[in-house]
Amino acid sequence: MAEFRIRRFDGKKSFWQTFEVPAKKGMTVLEGLYYIKENLDSSLAFRASCRMGICGSCAMKINGKPRLACETQVLFLGDKITVEPLDNFRVIKDLITDFEGFFAKHKAVKPYLIRDDVKYEEPKELLQTPEELNEYYVFTLCIKCGACYSVCPAAATLDGYLGPAAMAAAYRFCADSRDEGNEERYEIASSSNGVWRCHLAMECSEVCPKNVEPAKAVQMLRRKTAFSILKSILRW
Amino acid sequence: MRKRVSSKFKKEDCNNHTCNLGDSVKVQHDIVIVGAGLAGMRAAIAAAEKSDELSIAIIAKTYPIRCHSVCAEGGTAAVLREGDSFDLHAWDTVKGSDFLADQDAVEFFVRECPKEILRLDNWGCPWSRNEDGTIAQRPFGGHSFNRATFAKDRTGFHEVHTLYERMLMYDNIEIYPEYFITNLVIEENAVQGVSAIELKTGNLVFFEAKAVIFATGGAGRLYGFTTYSHQVTGDGLAIAYRNGIPLKDMEFFQFHPTGLIPSGILMTEGCRGEGGYLLNIDGERFMKKYAPEKMEIAPRDVVSRAMWTEIIEGRGLEGEYGPYIALDLRHLGEEKIEERLPLIRDAAIKFAGVDPVEEPIPVKPVAHYTMGGIHTNVRCETTVKGFFAAGECACVSIHGANRLGSNSTAECLVFGRVAGEVAAEYAMNAKQGRISEEFMKMEESRIYDGLLGKNGDESPYEIKKELNETMDKNMWIFREENGLKEAVKKIQELKERYKNVEINDKTRGFNTDLMMAIEIGYMLDLAEVVAIGALKRQESRGAHYRLDYPKRDDENWLKHTLAYYTPEGPRFDYIPVTITKWEPVERKY
Repeated sequence: MAEFRIRRFDGKKSFWQTFEVPAKKGMTVLEGLYYIKENLDSSLAFRASCRMGICGSCAMKINGKPRLACETQVLFLGDKITVEPLDNFRVIKDLITDFEGFFAKHKAVKPYLIRDDVKYEEPKELLQTPEELNEYYVFTLCIKCGACYSVCPAAATLDGYLGPAAMAAAYRFCADSRDEGNEERYEIASSSNGVWRCHLAMECSEVCPKNVEPAKAVQMLRRKTAFSILKSILRW
Repeated sequence: MRKRVSSKFKKEDCNNHTCNLGDSVKVQHDIVIVGAGLAGMRAAIAAAEKSDELSIAIIAKTYPIRCHSVCAEGGTAAVLREGDSFDLHAWDTVKGSDFLADQDAVEFFVRECPKEILRLDNWGCPWSRNEDGTIAQRPFGGHSFNRATFAKDRTGFHEVHTLYERMLMYDNIEIYPEYFITNLVIEENAVQGVSAIELKTGNLVFFEAKAVIFATGGAGRLYGFTTYSHQVTGDGLAIAYRNGIPLKDMEFFQFHPTGLIPSGILMTEGCRGEGGYLLNIDGERFMKKYAPEKMEIAPRDVVSRAMWTEIIEGRGLEGEYGPYIALDLRHLGEEKIEERLPLIRDAAIKFAGVDPVEEPIPVKPVAHYTMGGIHTNVRCETTVKGFFAAGECACVSIHGANRLGSNSTAECLVFGRVAGEVAAEYAMNAKQGRISEEFMKMEESRIYDGLLGKNGDESPYEIKKELNETMDKNMWIFREENGLKEAVKKIQELKERYKNVEINDKTRGFNTDLMMAIEIGYMLDLAEVVAIGALKRQESRGAHYRLDYPKRDDENWLKHTLAYYTPEGPRFDYIPVTITKWEPVERKY
């Protein structure tokens, strides 16, 4: 048996509740949550979908660290498991947090390929060598689970801070050999809510379940945007 | 753009405590797309490209990038290179379908695939590359050319993210994430809109639209051992069906050969495309007995039957979760596995404790794809004006009785685009749909009084568990009359019991208990269609294999099944298959 201690929220008040879950080898925290929902208390609310670590739905704080519930083995954690919603996000219900702002910040960095010469009706093959692909590929692996954002000290103190995931998305396109939108994105990244707000705590890279290294993306963007920030300082 | 026509709609005469909490909202758009996976997002982009005047809503029960399409791994089929041809891709698809595909639709489909690959390239998809910088392709089951275009083994994931990112560029697309669809509104055989629960608040939102596209995915969670995401419960299929739109060929369910044990997580066909072996307990590549030419990369129905035969004849390996087959990648070497199959390695380590570089992966066949779906033509039109369907929830049909690997993501892209364009053309000349107050009241009462407020003594989760067990037992790879009859009886019993379910969580905001109970209701209707359709089809074709009718019977069964809803259960009708170039022949691999 494993003891699941869950921080719940019913829309008004927050409280702790403990459940006994029969744990066997191979069981994930997500499976434990489903066990609770289907057998013990069906009102428990959590997000989940793919259960294979690719959809980004089920990030939550498990034994103090943000992790994907679907990828986390119960027995690796021992017989006491504490589950809480992600920090730095407003809780809606139990383990479900509000991602609206998070996705809006992602959108704000223009996370799409910008290029003038491609036509919708007549697409063409753009060449890109495997080496060019490798320049940015790791940053494409972000599943937008929010783990990085939940540990970011800058996001904790500044609501508007774009955050590590959005920065990684911005850099992913800047580093893509097919893209021509760098200047626009550098401007956003170097704005008052951008990379210069980062405390360099590096925790985002540490907790990323996909090893995306958002902290590295922030560093790279700082280097790239140093010039434009210098310009703006001189103007000021 | 979006018009909020009546921001508050008060429910009158409500004496139930669950009814007074929220107010329903009505919104208007030109086009409403339900489902934000590959097909839905592709449709939204296509409609927005048609006209920036159209107001387009895309609603889904998850955030778009949490859709099940992200789980597609191996590739997307397209004729891109010298040596391949449209006719060859079409022939492979038709033969793979065991001749149940409509050949006019297949011929159209294969011609449209290449442009979709290039569009995704132009929108930033990180396709895997050849040394010269061109887009790479790999072998896939049942294809006679290496035409599976891939982004490592995360093809669906990257396609979804690329479409999502692209979608953000259009100001006339509005995303409604975490809206759970409850109904479709049709009047005088024309679509008027849809209703959905806004999960965050628990309120009903009524979307009035000129055109509605369903891109809601398959129904794979009917099964217990499945590759599908938890969210894939056939919502759109069941809603269309309940509203009188026929479902086509639902008895054809695909079993993918390689589901990871015990979770059922997909181990891509790309494992075998890259050269992986399937081995039985004797270490034998047993596929030589079943498909001597194609071996491990024969179509999925063939490989799954072969594996299941090995297992039931006692040649599976023994594991703590029962017999299994070994998927051996060791000879590919660590470098190739890391380069081409990194997700597979990661998933095998995390979910089965097996590193494929060191050990074979324990697998067995797993429910994977819904060949059937909402009956549409090649323009994604249905029997209702202004209502379209695309992707896995639709049945055009290009997959017939067995889909080839890498044709599903291709289908989502090609027919997502068609649906978006055709719906846009339709919406530009159609009048705004109207949802009556009467309907709104009825829907509120159905959800809040009829389900949420009701008392009963059945747990929806127990019903789902029993449904999954029945599907896994009686509607698996090998089927026969007695088992199917037993399944029909069981499903009808579960439907009766479902009338008596109680939802324990009586609150409104993010009530996943309510959502899951509604999903289970959808699944029961669909399971009944699958089971009775399978019982009626007295032949073996593609993925539908009857031990009591082991041969394909073109004389009597070269036809599509159509299932129509009636309160007493499905009514069946059959329509002919369109054959253009390829007469049915014996299928050998």
